[in-house]
Amino acid sequence: MSEFIMLSRRDFLKTGALVGGGLILGFYLPFADSDSCAAEQTKGFAPNAFIRVDHDGGITFIVNKSEMGQGVYTSLPMLIAEELECDWRKVTVEASPVAAVYDHTVFGSMVTGGSTSVWSEWERLSKAGATAREMLIAAAAKTWRVEPASCHADNSRVIHASGKALAYGELVDKAAKMPIPKDVQLKNPDTYKIVGTPRHRLDSPAKVNGTAQFGLDTRLPGMLTAVVARSPVFGGKVVSYKADRAKAVPGVKQVVQVPSGVAVVAKSFWGAKKGREALDISWDEGEWAKLSTPDMHRDYAGLAKTPGLIARKAGDPEQAYALATHKISAEYHVPYLAHAAMEPLNCTVDLRGDGCDIWTGSQMQTGDRNAAARIAGLKPEQVKIHTTFLGGGFGRRANPHSDFVIEAVEVAKVVRKPVKVVWTREDDMRGGYYRPIWSDRLTAGLDGNGNLIAWWHTIVGQSIIAGTPFEAAMIKNGIDGASVEGAQDIPYAIPHLLVDLHSPQIGVPVLWWRSVGHSHTAFVVESFLDEAAHVTGKDPYEFRRVLLVEKPRHRGVLELAAQKAGWGSTLPAGRGRGIAVHESFGSFIAQVAEVSVTPEGVVRVHRVVCAIDCGRTVNPDTIAAQMQSGIAFGLSAALHGAITLKNGRVEQSNFHDYPLLRMNEMPQVEVHIVPSKEKPGGVGEPGVPPIAPAVANAVFALTGARLRTLPMTPETVLKAMKG
Amino acid sequence: MIALSVNGKLYQVEVPPDVPLLWVLREQLKLTGTKFGCGAGLCGACTVHVDGKAERSCQIPVKDAQGKKITTIEGLAGNHPVKKAWLTEEVSQCGWCQPGQIMAATALLKENPRPTDGEIDNAMVDNLCRCGTYQRIRRAIHTAAQEAGKGGKK
Ligand code: FES
Ligand code: FES
Repeated sequence: MSEFIMLSRRDFLKTGALVGGGLILGFYLPFADSDSCAAEQTKGFAPNAFIRVDHDGGITFIVNKSEMGQGVYTSLPMLIAEELECDWRKVTVEASPVAAVYDHTVFGSMVTGGSTSVWSEWERLSKAGATAREMLIAAAAKTWRVEPASCHADNSRVIHASGKALAYGELVDKAAKMPIPKDVQLKNPDTYKIVGTPRHRLDSPAKVNGTAQFGLDTRLPGMLTAVVARSPVFGGKVVSYKADRAKAVPGVKQVVQVPSGVAVVAKSFWGAKKGREALDISWDEGEWAKLSTPDMHRDYAGLAKTPGLIARKAGDPEQAYALATHKISAEYHVPYLAHAAMEPLNCTVDLRGDGCDIWTGSQMQTGDRNAAARIAGLKPEQVKIHTTFLGGGFGRRANPHSDFVIEAVEVAKVVRKPVKVVWTREDDMRGGYYRPIWSDRLTAGLDGNGNLIAWWHTIVGQSIIAGTPFEAAMIKNGIDGASVEGAQDIPYAIPHLLVDLHSPQIGVPVLWWRSVGHSHTAFVVESFLDEAAHVTGKDPYEFRRVLLVEKPRHRGVLELAAQKAGWGSTLPAGRGRGIAVHESFGSFIAQVAEVSVTPEGVVRVHRVVCAIDCGRTVNPDTIAAQMQSGIAFGLSAALHGAITLKNGRVEQSNFHDYPLLRMNEMPQVEVHIVPSKEKPGGVGEPGVPPIAPAVANAVFALTGARLRTLPMTPETVLKAMKG
Repeated sequence: MIALSVNGKLYQVEVPPDVPLLWVLREQLKLTGTKFGCGAGLCGACTVHVDGKAERSCQIPVKDAQGKKITTIEGLAGNHPVKKAWLTEEVSQCGWCQPGQIMAATALLKENPRPTDGEIDNAMVDNLCRCGTYQRIRRAIHTAAQEAGKGGKK
């Protein structure tokens, strides 16, 4: 038995011991061997799957969301701890297994994505904490033979009106026997002590001392390592291969064909990689072997001139446009983008006749588990997913097609030993599931007073949702909501508008990439709106303010960002300022960027002022961190990011040709959070969309050059400056 | 057999001489705090100290590491001012790049106890962070420099 399984076993035993001897408001669920039936037992009354209180007062929260940097191993515990009234310093976190009780409260399976974790778990986790608190209070009241109402909980103790107190650790046995209250009173948010205050992340110490366990750090006794040679063209298949030379490489154990290619299995990573280099494979490259991205942009631009499926129509845009005194029109293009999380993809599988254990950083555990079961010929409940830390996710590890999990199970099926499939950076970069290429055509009409009266936005790009289990819920009348989000719900008061969509089918796999559709719609809408402002000679900030008169939260962040950035004040020579505002994932964000452009056409971003209204906050420090992070992520794309294809082959391979933002390019980011009692929104993604248009608008303000194509490479900038 | 001195301990490992030090640390020595990001000297996730200098362990064939003093994140004292500053400034997000960042920052501060922003950028420019923690890294390096400075005066 592997040491990792031993570990789980030990936890199971510990947990099992606690079943009789401690308060486990998760019963035996987390580590029991029959997750699913335990889950059934708790269905409809879930709160107790999330908390464990030990005799020594240690508090464990079982978290059902994947920690990929967004701080969810801290923010969700804060929600529980607030109601549990426990000592925050005693809190530790465990990753939940896959079970129905841990399903996303809206999506109905285990998913971390869509910047939904805080708002979708707020009520459930608050109730989980409050339920535990009430049971601890009841236990103390019973001990003292007093009314529960004469007791309260604070800092892991129950305190009676007389002043006597019992620590949670002393109460666990009794509390476990208390009836579970049906209805619990949640705290008035105005009395919160933890939620809404900056807290240090619970995962930081392990990440700073190198002990945090990520997928790639998984080690099992007797484990082998595999790398897979995949088709150079998406959708290609192996025709034949010669493995003799690969097998002669020291350490190589096996060469096996799997549906995605040929896997070289070795004692160590290096042997597998060397073995792969020695493989000789002939491929049937399939129908996409001629694909090139410049052709795609050309075709897309042609499509954008034809009417698509209507996503939204208001008023009579054609007639309004006919009556307009100023008319403008422009085309925008953005490229494929790779997620390029710093931890390359990997997945470790221990497949046995009667079960399967998988260690990986997944954002979609239920889907991955079910896919693994299908491939392995097991029942879903025979497959256990051990969620590790994720060295970045950004959507790539939330794949409805479960690509990296399925492939690893395929390899394990042949190898029949614990095996870790490792993707090199090159594999990861060329592995597809990109942010789609988008081409947009926009037309606007303004009246004699400079009022925006007509707006026509045609979007062209692949659907992310088509062909996934989400299709039924998220594609309506042929419109993939993720393709038009941020465009069809444009916040500006424009009386006549039309947003339509073309969804060409291309063999390059696409996926949600941090902020999904907003990653392109914010750039296009906020840039073109700037163009409209300039046609009328109006200040782009004032132009927006007027059009947002009925959108107080948009306007609130717009005004706050402008004010903090000193909008309108004189900048040093050679500096320009641009603004953008965008709503996504329930949060409202405005950013003001200050830029300069070198004579060589290099755009430098010096300062970004970011105002966010994400409703009620949990951990303000995490919100600030996520804004800094989103801005850096968005800048990597705006300034550098592009995956291009030639003859069906991805041209980029590593960070020299797919550069990420570096330390010397990081602007000073100032984050201002709007105090709010509104429903909480997300923070992981919404920081990304506004930065590209804020920078492009700043470049325009400085140089008069309008950047309508991303990334803003020196060549595109110089070309735009020459007009 | 290749002899390695890592974090003050001597190891004998049987690996081909051209295997990068990174993989020997991670696989044979089980020191998985050192991370793999690119394998090409482009990201700094694999940064360790070789005789006190920050080096990319993915670019060092293990045979060339013989006879040198290697320090990994695990070998840096838990109360090291840089580690402490990383916690104070709450730098980490996903955390994957951070051991490499910390090793690079530690080497920088050894050479230059009071770096300016520009000197920090120069020293850290090859350590990528996809989560964009750069601003906090900069601040943490200043914090560590101050703390170490205080310690020195005692
Ligand atoms: S892994 Fe060594 S520099 Fe990236
Ligand atoms: S913290 Fe995620 S890559 Fe740096």
